[in-house]
Amino acid sequence: MADVKKIATRVSLGNGLTELAAEHKDFVVMDADVAMATMTHTFRSAYPERHIDCGIAEANMMSMAAGIATTGKVPFVCAFAMFVAGRAFEQVRNSIGYPHLNVKICSTHGGISAGEDGASHQCNEDLTLMRTIPGMTVICPSDDIEAKAALKAAYEMEGPVYLRFGRQPVAVINDTPDYSFTIGKGRVMREGSDVALIACGIMVHEALSAAELLAEKGIQARVINMPTIKPLDDELVLAAAKDCKKIVTVEEHSVLGALGSAVCELLSEKMPTPVKRIGMQDCFGESGPALALLEKYGLSGNRIAETVENWLK
Amino acid sequence: MPTCNLPSIANEIRLNIIETLHASGSGHPGGSLSIADILACLYYKEMNIDPANPKMPERDRFVLSKGHAAPALYSVLAMKGFFPKEDLLTLRKVGSYLQGHPDMKHTPGVDISTGSLGQGISAAVGMALSAKLSDDSYRVYTITGDGELQEGQVWEAAMFAGSHQLDNLVVFVDNNNLQIDGTVAEVNSPYPIDEKFRAFNFHVILLENGNDTAAISAALEEARSVKGKPTCIICCTTKGKGVSFMENQVGWHGKGMTEEQYQQAKEELQKAGEA
Repeated sequence: MADVKKIATRVSLGNGLTELAAEHKDFVVMDADVAMATMTHTFRSAYPERHIDCGIAEANMMSMAAGIATTGKVPFVCAFAMFVAGRAFEQVRNSIGYPHLNVKICSTHGGISAGEDGASHQCNEDLTLMRTIPGMTVICPSDDIEAKAALKAAYEMEGPVYLRFGRQPVAVINDTPDYSFTIGKGRVMREGSDVALIACGIMVHEALSAAELLAEKGIQARVINMPTIKPLDDELVLAAAKDCKKIVTVEEHSVLGALGSAVCELLSEKMPTPVKRIGMQDCFGESGPALALLEKYGLSGNRIAETVENWLK
Repeated sequence: MPTCNLPSIANEIRLNIIETLHASGSGHPGGSLSIADILACLYYKEMNIDPANPKMPERDRFVLSKGHAAPALYSVLAMKGFFPKEDLLTLRKVGSYLQGHPDMKHTPGVDISTGSLGQGISAAVGMALSAKLSDDSYRVYTITGDGELQEGQVWEAAMFAGSHQLDNLVVFVDNNNLQIDGTVAEVNSPYPIDEKFRAFNFHVILLENGNDTAAISAALEEARSVKGKPTCIICCTTKGKGVSFMENQVGWHGKGMTEEQYQQAKEELQKAGEA
């Protein structure tokens, strides 16, 4: 798959905001001195008067966004996952979540694929933190096409949304004529009934690679792209549990509290089914190239295939 | 707007605070009583608001950054007719829209939910910036506590407001000198407050008597004439103002009154109202 087109979803963030801005005049983009990394500099070049650089002060940025939202403008607040969801958690919870304000929080550098910067900047907890806030929609798109579609959908809905974009270039997998994005809906990317792999973000592509390897061993894995962590597509998960009897969740995130937990919570109440949660196993990451880290922490296609195969034995 | 007797309005706010807190049995009397004069000036003289149309787009905004003084805000809002005065007695009760700290989703006239210290001033800065971005003429007012100045976020907000020259923003500091654990100077001194805000490019007005409505009104007038800078009005106030046994007592930050204390507080304020 060497000639596959790859784009980091943070690039999609910058491009997507710029495209959206042409049609919609009522939103502003806020950043915390990381415009060159979140790629909102693309937007800034096109719409400098609508780009607010708050400097390295994420707590203030979040509460400012809340204030701006009360005046009718829609703020897209962008910075690293660690700092918008981690450092500013309580601002998101109290300034934005509690009054259910129309703020779109766009994080980049989520997960260990943030890479060389190391554990201090690799946020593996953001999806969990954001999912616990009542009324918060949580989205982790899988590629360039989905990232832009998710941005548009987030803009079109009223209420707070958390979107996670990545630093690592990822294969474009949704460039099919029938592709459409709806918040709260997942998508079957590959049919199979021996096991279902439910993944989000850049792990969808890895899960597809894993499914190919598993097929070589005679295991037919269904692969589900689950971009919306909250609200979860219950129907799609229950159908997978019914058909496949075994579920594997794959996320570039701690296994505590995000996609894996959401799936387990649903199944334990509605249809008890064995689940294997692949992700960061309650540990911190480390410095290194993104792909090497995914390999080491069991999140590459071949490592996922290996884990699934062993689990099914 | 007809001229109002602002000291008498402030006294009425105080009476309502006492009635409200007596009914709720818990809440924050000290820091509510200290800001009654500021609220009287804002709601009865300064701000462009319409109780019949609380979400009027061109209205001036108010953010109670020290959200625990909610009883003071609710009192003035009820007096202005944003909601029925008798509802004040439901404060902090299950099912009431008058939450322990301001809730914009359910309370008419509350421009933003606050309560977690440090966040309100940032929200006010966001509102002021938004007005500048779309060339709207409304102004934004916020009250922070002096203890609240210990929150780092206050200074993040001040840095942004100063560096972006938000001259449509007025930050009041309710400098009553007390916080839960003692005097602000003993706990973690924010002094000198004036020099700090000046260093962040604020126009600073220091009111030695921050419970004087004439002085507050004059300061607000002055703030309107300031260009290219936000204004900080530091009001040296008396915590528990108007109720003798609460004045300057650290213990009256957040506690309920006995029946006897309630009667005494009411009598003192009624007497002050007649004077």
